[in-house]
Amino acid sequence: MGGKHYFPLTDQDRQEMLSVIGAASVEDLFKDIPESVRFKGELDLPPAMSEPETLKHLQELAGKNKHSQNMVSFLGAGIYDHFIPAVIKHVTGRSEFYTSYTPYQPEVSQGVLQAIFEYQTMICQLTGMDVANASMYDGGTAVTEGAIMGCGATRREKVLVSRSVSPFYRAVIKNYFHSRGLQLQEIPLRDGCTDREQLAEMLGDDVATVVLQQPNFFGMVENMNGLAELIHEQKAVFLVAADPISLGLLQTPAEYGADIVVGEGQCLGVPASFGGPVLGIMAAREKFVRQMPGRIAGETVDSEGNRGFVLTLQTREQHIRREKAASNICSNEALVALAASVYLAVMGPQGLREVAEQCLQKTAYAREQIMALKDYSLTFPGINFKEFAVTVPGDPTELNRKLLEQNILGGVDISSYYPELQNTMLFAFTEKRTRNEIDTLVTELEGWK
Amino acid sequence: MRKTKALLFEMSRSGRQGYSLPPCDVPEKPWEQLLPEPLRRSAAPALPELSENEIVRHYTELSTRNFGVDTGFYPLGSCTMKYNPKVNEETAVLPGFAGLHPCQLPETVQGGLELLYNMELSLKALTGMDRFTLQPAAGAHGELTGLMIIQAYHRQRGDHKRNRVLIPLSAHGTNPATVSMAGYEVVQVPCDDRGLVDLEALKTAVDDTTSALMLTNPSTLGLFEEEILEMAKTIHEAGGLLYYDGANMNAIMGYTRPGDMGFDVVHLNIHKTFSTPHGGGGPGGGPVGVKERLVPFLPVPLVDKQDDRYFFNYDLPESIGKMHSFYGNFGVVVKAYTYLCMLGAEGLKQASTDAVLNANYLMNLLKKRYYLPYDRTCKHEFVLSAKPEKKKGAGAGDIAKALLDRGFHPPTVYFPLIVEEALMVEPTETETKETLDSFARAMEEISTVIDKDAEKVAHGPYNTVVGRLDEVLAARSPVLRWQKA
Repeated sequence: MGGKHYFPLTDQDRQEMLSVIGAASVEDLFKDIPESVRFKGELDLPPAMSEPETLKHLQELAGKNKHSQNMVSFLGAGIYDHFIPAVIKHVTGRSEFYTSYTPYQPEVSQGVLQAIFEYQTMICQLTGMDVANASMYDGGTAVTEGAIMGCGATRREKVLVSRSVSPFYRAVIKNYFHSRGLQLQEIPLRDGCTDREQLAEMLGDDVATVVLQQPNFFGMVENMNGLAELIHEQKAVFLVAADPISLGLLQTPAEYGADIVVGEGQCLGVPASFGGPVLGIMAAREKFVRQMPGRIAGETVDSEGNRGFVLTLQTREQHIRREKAASNICSNEALVALAASVYLAVMGPQGLREVAEQCLQKTAYAREQIMALKDYSLTFPGINFKEFAVTVPGDPTELNRKLLEQNILGGVDISSYYPELQNTMLFAFTEKRTRNEIDTLVTELEGWK
Repeated sequence: MRKTKALLFEMSRSGRQGYSLPPCDVPEKPWEQLLPEPLRRSAAPALPELSENEIVRHYTELSTRNFGVDTGFYPLGSCTMKYNPKVNEETAVLPGFAGLHPCQLPETVQGGLELLYNMELSLKALTGMDRFTLQPAAGAHGELTGLMIIQAYHRQRGDHKRNRVLIPLSAHGTNPATVSMAGYEVVQVPCDDRGLVDLEALKTAVDDTTSALMLTNPSTLGLFEEEILEMAKTIHEAGGLLYYDGANMNAIMGYTRPGDMGFDVVHLNIHKTFSTPHGGGGPGGGPVGVKERLVPFLPVPLVDKQDDRYFFNYDLPESIGKMHSFYGNFGVVVKAYTYLCMLGAEGLKQASTDAVLNANYLMNLLKKRYYLPYDRTCKHEFVLSAKPEKKKGAGAGDIAKALLDRGFHPPTVYFPLIVEEALMVEPTETETKETLDSFARAMEEISTVIDKDAEKVAHGPYNTVVGRLDEVLAARSPVLRWQKA
């Protein structure tokens, strides 16, 4: 039998326990499962393996993959190959953290609660918002729940989402909204950014939330100035999905008047892991806190006046409010939020700025080199932060297959998400990419076709 | 014991640095040119400035202020706080898994896809369902996925009047919250005096507006719903579907399967049943399985296999769409898969056997001193009521604090709602008899103290790093971030 080392009961224990219970055998304890639904025979699962066999099997599966440690990756589109400081895994590997549950008993959960409180503080520092929650599942669900928050706050049911917002996020919004019967309209693109004139026309007093992304899906820094006034004139809520790394340099969403800020926090020291577990960031102005989904940690005092932390404002949540809760979220991404906290503490204001500046410089360098190539063109003119869209002379999949031969994970093919953009790819350049790696990519691109 | 801990921000000193980055090796442009003035933030974020050693000591101290399964017994009902095997932690961080980008070409992620494919096969066998999506990132996320599938099924049949979902009173809070998220109305179904769903009340509540019944079996009282087939028949005859909340799957593996009980949709909590750690709140995983007629509505993509090649299948025209930006919590699935590899069929059944044995044993020890409202064979958990103790001056929440003083994590308190002053105990299969005995002794001792001096218990805990925290103050005057004084 497998997993015996996880089961401490001995046969003698079992006998003693059964006699205390007054049962003849363990089978007696399952008598309440009617015969008609009993499972007979053995479950059709692979045979149990020992620990070394299991490890070998998993290593073999992992060994069939190409990944960011044996390849040079230019993949982005929301998940990035940033540097992950060694200290992070040593902190998240403390099993007092990772083997604990949601901190319902605050007196023995001060570690996790204080870490969440610090995380919330750092997210507020980055975004300029007043409150942040303890995390959402990912960027897509954070954007979606943020849009729903706007519906709750305005008691309206229509949301405008720019087409420059990640198609991965829009797919999630679309699904949730369809189920719930909320309305969704897409704001068209203009030169790879949100069409501001169209946005102004679409805005009305029936709009709950306007959803934009900064930098947008194409890596472009949009001009956000003046939009808050337009949106607030209609008493709608302004939501921005922001890249937290970019906030080392970029204007904060608070500075341009956003009400809710969400984002994908994977870039803050978290491995890509095939897209999960990652981190949904959510922050807002204070007046939206009652509509905010998820856990929130707050400061308080104990019976002797010592500072301590608890989960608070729980009347928003499912375990108290049931069908009237702001959301159904229960488990979140707490350990990933802890990783992001350690990352931000390690980087500090200076380190985060350096990472952001290197992204900006390396992206600018790569953009210039690729633009100089015959047959390649920048899909949209403008300001790029850490990635940009390129129109390539042929099928992106073929190009990526060719790049694989040089141990390069090429760009993300975005043609299927934007039918009007044929042969278009996103290439991302984090602080980890070296000049040499970028030059190799450029040479390979030049040699293709 | 009392000891406060400075925040990162209070330890910060301007000029300290915790990072090491390479110099920028591309020809640099004045960055003002790359990012014109109005696009730049006016001041740097006020993040802390600390050296690496300070950061490590900070978090190490925080970890000592936290209780996990590795610290001690954690019988938190309905959360299945079983031991989290260490090999799981090793496999999930293998570079071939942790370093995968979700947009890679399929030929570069064959191992990852094979793992997802194998995982689905195992889940199908374990539950008796026909197909699974591994995309939902948590149990509640799985519930929403499941209800959306049910909704799509009814809509596709042109059956638009089904706007209500039935839920027993004993259900987890996520169930009614999920129902609202999907735009449905909740109809509560009462329990009978055995603690089971009141079948007659259910029959009355069902009509042609019933979309589904959401059910946890065994229930949150730890009791098996013996009339499940009759319930399934009632719902199905009215044109509704049956949803299985898999929170309590740890009780029945190898003994019965939701698919054989008549359920149409199932979610599992892999962070409960399959030993992946809870991480202080997450990440979890909530795979959803369905019967054949609901397969077309599953989220995209599914993982399929053709001629020994695995691929993401997006060709599902009736799919509800996406629930997550990518494929869910893959890293958590790797851990759960590792666990299934280690246990196999016999091991999983043994897990359920010992979980139920431990629960019944502990229940029998505790019912000598505590009131057990539903006194019958339980499954993986049972619920005591501290109503008598409350009358003496110390209720379920106070007993919980007294357990903290004795080195135990308390059971879930004040849930399920149908039991007053509830203490919901789930010991799991990974605990020794000695641990259960010592927990029972601690509970007895607390009962004795309450008889003599309930006031004392009502003001605990005494041996923790902070005393009882004022939750009312926290909610009334919220301080939700640190700000410079």
